[in-house]
Amino acid sequence: MLAASGATADMEVDMANTDKKNSAKPSQYKIKHPSYLGVYLTFARNSLVRDMMFRTNFILEAISSLAWSFMNIGFYWIIFEHASSIGQQTGWGKYEFFVFMGTTWIINSIVQAFFMPNSEEFSELIRTGGLDFAMLKPIDTQFLISFRKVSWSSLSNLVLGFMLLGISLSQLMQRPENPWQFEISMLVLYPLYIFCGVSILYSLMICLAATSVWLGRNQTLYDFWFYITNFSRYPMEIYARGWGFPLWLIFTFVIPVLVVVNVPARLLAQPLTPRASWEWPLAGFTLLAAAVSILVSRWVFNTALGAYRSASS
Amino acid sequence: MQAMQITTRVACWWMIFRTALEERLAYRGDFALGTLMRFLPIVTQIFLWWAVFESVGGGNAEEGRLVGYTFRNMVAYYLLSMLGRAFSSMPGLASVTAKQIREGEIKKYLVQPIDMIGFMLLGRLAHKVAYYTIATLPFALVFFLCRSYFDGWPTPETMAAFAISLVLAFLLGFFLDLCIGLIGFWFLEVSSLLFVYMLLNFFLSGHMFPLDLLPSPWATIVDYLPFRYLAYFPAAIFLGKVDPDRLWIEVGIEFLWLLVMIAVARFLYARGVRRYSGYGG
Repeated sequence: MLAASGATADMEVDMANTDKKNSAKPSQYKIKHPSYLGVYLTFARNSLVRDMMFRTNFILEAISSLAWSFMNIGFYWIIFEHASSIGQQTGWGKYEFFVFMGTTWIINSIVQAFFMPNSEEFSELIRTGGLDFAMLKPIDTQFLISFRKVSWSSLSNLVLGFMLLGISLSQLMQRPENPWQFEISMLVLYPLYIFCGVSILYSLMICLAATSVWLGRNQTLYDFWFYITNFSRYPMEIYARGWGFPLWLIFTFVIPVLVVVNVPARLLAQPLTPRASWEWPLAGFTLLAAAVSILVSRWVFNTALGAYRSASS
Repeated sequence: MQAMQITTRVACWWMIFRTALEERLAYRGDFALGTLMRFLPIVTQIFLWWAVFESVGGGNAEEGRLVGYTFRNMVAYYLLSMLGRAFSSMPGLASVTAKQIREGEIKKYLVQPIDMIGFMLLGRLAHKVAYYTIATLPFALVFFLCRSYFDGWPTPETMAAFAISLVLAFLLGFFLDLCIGLIGFWFLEVSSLLFVYMLLNFFLSGHMFPLDLLPSPWATIVDYLPFRYLAYFPAAIFLGKVDPDRLWIEVGIEFLWLLVMIAVARFLYARGVRRYSGYGG
């Protein structure tokens, strides 16, 4: 709330300036659009200031999210003590899979740092009627709702993700067949697909949070989120068997969480040649899925606002 | 006179238990659905291990063996460890205990003729009984759907040991979490400590994977810790992973651990109350 009120104050100053200019030239009455980047930077700064007020807590939060990640490394380390790869002929050996895991952490920490605290608050705003105030602001409501807070401590896993990526890739350079080689295209494609993955997860999260308008309270939001994204943490090949096919289809084409980590991780971890024939269509599909997800989230958000009936304010 | 006292005591315990049970059953709303949802991560675990066993078995998951586990054993293990956790996990116990100490609420136990640890144990028991009455159905459904992963029922003796180990897991889980909560007498803020403890517990109890998979020095260390009895041990008994000759000795060791933890909790409580200064409240 502190972050929000700070930014709001800034915007009000902005508005006041606009009014002054307008009163000087009444014939050209025009609302000045807020600078979205400026507003965003204010949000980010305010969150950091707030985090730094409780510094010990900040450090403890960072440490505990790192502890969870280290435990996961331990778990997979043990698996790879016993097995050479996850699935036969899938190419997900130890370090390939660690690249996959690093990618998972990078994407998840971005989502947790920038969107998770906001979606959580969105449900709460709907329930308490606080959304009224957000809708009154002269700025896009979805922007305001989605970006208000940044949880900086969640970015500790981002650093760890990059470290794991670095270590694993340097190990893969010594891979006996098809040693890993750096390609210029990776520098563009990897961040692009990370961005796509984050967009898909963001859209899913906002859609889930927006359902609070109809459901009143959405306490199981986190649970549901956890259970769905849980599917995205593993190579998609493992589902493509037996009774996993329907799951594979649903989580690739209906709720596209499987492409979130799989596509960027595959791009980096697997040798560029030979590529399986299905990989390029999948990469193209991911771009489409990200774009459609954003549009759907926009539509769900606006529909939710339309159905919103303020509460108790 | 003595007999009279015991009947009053039992009546008192019964009252505490009933009150707590009714309180719990008031919130049964989405309990059952929540329990069912909790099995969803097992779906991904099944596929993960399916793939791992396929690569170990050279293309055929049924052929793969990992430290004596077949693929079906592994899935059965995860289901059974969920059952073990349903007994041994104590959501909120440590944090609520620490909070009551911090906010001075435990004064009420000091001025009333009620033992705090006994009161909390009865409350937990009621909580668990309420939970089982509602959770039995989803558990039965999941186990029925997954029946092909099990190799039939074990012998009656094994079943008895399994049932006893579950009850002991409940008590051991209670006293372990209580001890962590009682640390609140010495430290005001224990939430981060609790988080680390929770992670360790998850890992060391065998909830994350069967402890047999651990490499050599770690396997021995974990054998000497009480956490393994919370999830791994009951599942291992059911799956016949515990040597039948040592079965009752192992159950005995679990019982000794329980006695140790009761003693530690009593000690911490007695020492804690002595330095407790009753802020707030």
